[in-house]
Amino acid sequence: MNTALSFNRLVTLGLWVVGGGTALFLIAPIVAIVPLSFNAEPFFTYPMPGLSLRWYEEFFASDVWQLALRNSIIVAIFATILSTILGTLAAIGLSRSDCPARATLTAILISPMIVPVVVAAVGIYYAFAAVGLLNSLTGLVLAHTVLGAPFVVVTVTAALSGFDQNLMRAAASLGAQPVEAVFRIMLPLIAPGVASGALFAFVTSFDEVVVALFIAGSEERTLPRQMWSGVRETLSPTIAAVATLLIIFSTLFLATIQWLQRRAERQKLTQFE
Amino acid sequence: MAMVLSDETVKTAIDTAALTRRLRLLRRRSQVKALLLVAPLMIFLVSVFVLPIGVLLTRSIDNSDVSRALPTTAAALATWNGRDVPGEPLFAALAADLKASSREDVAEVAKRLNNYESGIRSSLLKTARNIRNAQAPFQAAFIDVDARWANPERWSVFKQAMPKMTDFYLLAALDLQRSEMGQITGVTPKNAVHLDVLLRTFAVSLSVTILCVLTGYPLAALMARSKGWVANALLILVLLPFWTSLLVRTSAWVVLLQSRGVVNSGLIWLGLIDAAQPLDLIYNRIGVLIAMTHILLPFMVLPIYSVMKSIPPVYLRAASSLGAPPFSTFWRVYLPMSMPGVSAGGLLVFILALGYYITPALVGGPRDQMVSYFIAYYANQVTNWGMAAALSAILLVAVLILYAIYNRLIGIDRLRIG
Repeated sequence: MNTALSFNRLVTLGLWVVGGGTALFLIAPIVAIVPLSFNAEPFFTYPMPGLSLRWYEEFFASDVWQLALRNSIIVAIFATILSTILGTLAAIGLSRSDCPARATLTAILISPMIVPVVVAAVGIYYAFAAVGLLNSLTGLVLAHTVLGAPFVVVTVTAALSGFDQNLMRAAASLGAQPVEAVFRIMLPLIAPGVASGALFAFVTSFDEVVVALFIAGSEERTLPRQMWSGVRETLSPTIAAVATLLIIFSTLFLATIQWLQRRAERQKLTQFE
Repeated sequence: MAMVLSDETVKTAIDTAALTRRLRLLRRRSQVKALLLVAPLMIFLVSVFVLPIGVLLTRSIDNSDVSRALPTTAAALATWNGRDVPGEPLFAALAADLKASSREDVAEVAKRLNNYESGIRSSLLKTARNIRNAQAPFQAAFIDVDARWANPERWSVFKQAMPKMTDFYLLAALDLQRSEMGQITGVTPKNAVHLDVLLRTFAVSLSVTILCVLTGYPLAALMARSKGWVANALLILVLLPFWTSLLVRTSAWVVLLQSRGVVNSGLIWLGLIDAAQPLDLIYNRIGVLIAMTHILLPFMVLPIYSVMKSIPPVYLRAASSLGAPPFSTFWRVYLPMSMPGVSAGGLLVFILALGYYITPALVGGPRDQMVSYFIAYYANQVTNWGMAAALSAILLVAVLILYAIYNRLIGIDRLRIG
């Protein structure tokens, strides 16, 4: 008994050392880069000689970075709207009890999540060159919609699997038209799923760099595309400032997603009461 | 009586048939409704994603450029025996084709032919320039520009390049080629670069997967054992990097691992290494493995964690109460029960790693670039669509096979996000 107890204590200790070490490894780069963005000198070493906001000033004053930020926001918003509408419609179709060939259709619809992004990027580049969509924000929106829509399909399908289809029958029996029932019964109930799908689509577009490398010209540079050049050419602490802003953004994103998931779970619980 | 009964039977039969038909019609209508809802995204995906990739893949076997630009030569070559120096008609045919072709077409043909014999490109371009104003006899005019036109080997290159389809690129992607006799042989060592890239892609992905299992399993076990705020905090430590931009994480590693970066300056400050000799942690395999393991680790931890959470603790207590020592409890009960999570995470990490491009490009050296890098290189830098398509085809097939296995073992519908 005594040996088992000490063995257990050893296992706990070992788990904390290895597992805790891994957790630190996961968070270390994120934690390390944030303070460097406030460094007064253009170096990436600690201890820092002084603090300043000059790299943030540089980011907000630079035309190139501001253009990239604006492009990223515009493309992400439009790609999110398109993916959310197309993805939600498709998920509703797939969730109907008599949807034919559901497995095949789902496999095709989520294939952009599976196909290596370089293959997709080269294919899209080749096709867009033929129809004149290279070097345009429209082309970027279309390509990012392809990459974002599968996330909407997956999250909305998951939300619909917890949706009681009898509610739609009840609505119909009370005289609601099908479209009315979708907007007044189904959509409010699956809204958390739609919202998290939309967030995923937004982040997918906002974070996407490979397709942008292929099909965007210098006028359509997005934020990740500009970071790619920044890291490759002159690694200045402006990169650390941009990275810090993006880390704040993803923290907010994570918090929103968690909140949406909690809400969806609460909703599921109240449905049973 | 018998008559009445059969009348009734007939009537019921008709009713049943009508009802069945009506039901089938309703069902059909409902199916069409479902398909109409799926259609907009499906049409969009097919036109912007599926078809473009399909068209790209056909480029890996497409060879119509040469025969389209040189139709007369193609016809004349059909009658050539393949051994002797061809006669005037073949020279005249090529001269006619070159005169009729645009500069761009000739350049494309020259590039294609250069795949078979290096050096033929410049020779053909030079000949095409000179032959535009030349008169018959063309045989003498060709040989006058470049004596190599008198070699039968030169013409067998043309003959090899004429078919509309070619396995040249797919073979080249595996460092193979066809000899003049049509047999498949290895390419010269100087040109044998692709197999090395494919093996490297496999090796890097496998190493990253193993590193992820070794570090991810203990972390997942720790998370599964923890309760309350500790469990929450650990989950956030896994999820925050998961949702942080790939480029942010990769550039963070560049900043950390540089020769004058955070890790090296920290080690120097601690006195562990000499300031004059910082460790080489970046632009090599070590950098690639560190950064890729970091980025893919959450894909390993989350599936293992969700499986571990579902293992009832009573099983472990049962094993102990039946006299199993703690280690065999782990080895014979806990590990086998958590294996589905390991295989799901491992397969996912491996599949994702195969297609990695950005991270190796930013933190790796020239010898650490994976197949995606070369696809991008062939498409963007040298515009060799055939090679880009052939490598894409190989990568795509590998990934699709692995996904089919994943689907079989775990189910693609369990491909969860968040």
